[in-house]
Amino acid sequence: MRTKPLEDFCVWLEQTPLSESIQQTLWVVPAIQTIHILAVAAVLISALMINLRLLNLCNADQTTASIFDRFVKVIWWALPVLLLSGALLIVGEPARSLANDVFQLKMLLLIGVVCLTLVLHKRLGSDGLFWESSSVRQMTARALALVSMGCWLGIICAGRWIAYTYT
Amino acid sequence: MSIDNLCKWLYDTTLAVTIRENDSLFPWIESAHVIAIALVLGSIVLVDLRLLGWSSIERPVKRVAEQTLPITWMMFVVAAISGVILFISNALAYANNFYFQAKLALLVLAGLNMLVFQYGIYRSVDKWGQLPQPPTAARVAGALSLTFWMTVVIFGRWIGFTLVPTIPT
Repeated sequence: MRTKPLEDFCVWLEQTPLSESIQQTLWVVPAIQTIHILAVAAVLISALMINLRLLNLCNADQTTASIFDRFVKVIWWALPVLLLSGALLIVGEPARSLANDVFQLKMLLLIGVVCLTLVLHKRLGSDGLFWESSSVRQMTARALALVSMGCWLGIICAGRWIAYTYT
Repeated sequence: MSIDNLCKWLYDTTLAVTIRENDSLFPWIESAHVIAIALVLGSIVLVDLRLLGWSSIERPVKRVAEQTLPITWMMFVVAAISGVILFISNALAYANNFYFQAKLALLVLAGLNMLVFQYGIYRSVDKWGQLPQPPTAARVAGALSLTFWMTVVIFGRWIGFTLVPTIPT
């Protein structure tokens, strides 16, 4: 979705000193992308461990609450790293991402999965067995775990596709 | 048969041609590769952090390993298959790229490190696996593993930025 104000913003951003210095130093974008990818790995394994536990496929000897507490911390730490590195990548090449449908989809998925994670986690705060105390809740938790994992995988695919869809 | 000839042969296979000519195959296979390597690295980090005595120290090493390493193996297979497919689509260019060569060398080193660990100190894991601080040999294996695998992923990203188009003649 490309609007005139968005395009104007991209042009403006591209001409800022920060953007120009990112564009002019060859190793900056790869270096920032590398940090971004390492943070992605941290989030992805954490999300997988949480979702596999909700699906009862991994670490069944640990309580759902303890798995959540351990791994959601990693996600909350990694997300700011992703946002900052992502922001720098955007500043360096504004239109590549901001005016790109695939990037916008990535952001929507991200907002969605963060909200979903918050909901899943919040319920465990007051009752560690919340998602196991009835078969309806178990099925809900499993469905949400699949949705969550799908979102994260979608975010990564969208992230890779940005490079192939910008004009 | 030289490496260049092998690369040219791979480059000319129907699969390689299909990937080059189709607009979306490469990006999708690449996406699968990114997901797979992220999970290989992530899962290995979990085990390595335990070996270093830095996390999950209330849990026996064996338990952490047996719950996590199946993920590592499955994702490694996906990464290897997707990697081979990506490679053949532009075989000569990748074969001549320093970061690609280094990545392969590091994978070998990582594999050797795992073997040495598996058949060395890990054989006595029942004796030390409950300890929050594993023996030095295990900690060294964990530290080396972390270093090798992180560098594999970092170098992997740099391939894309340093690739020189090389079409076989």
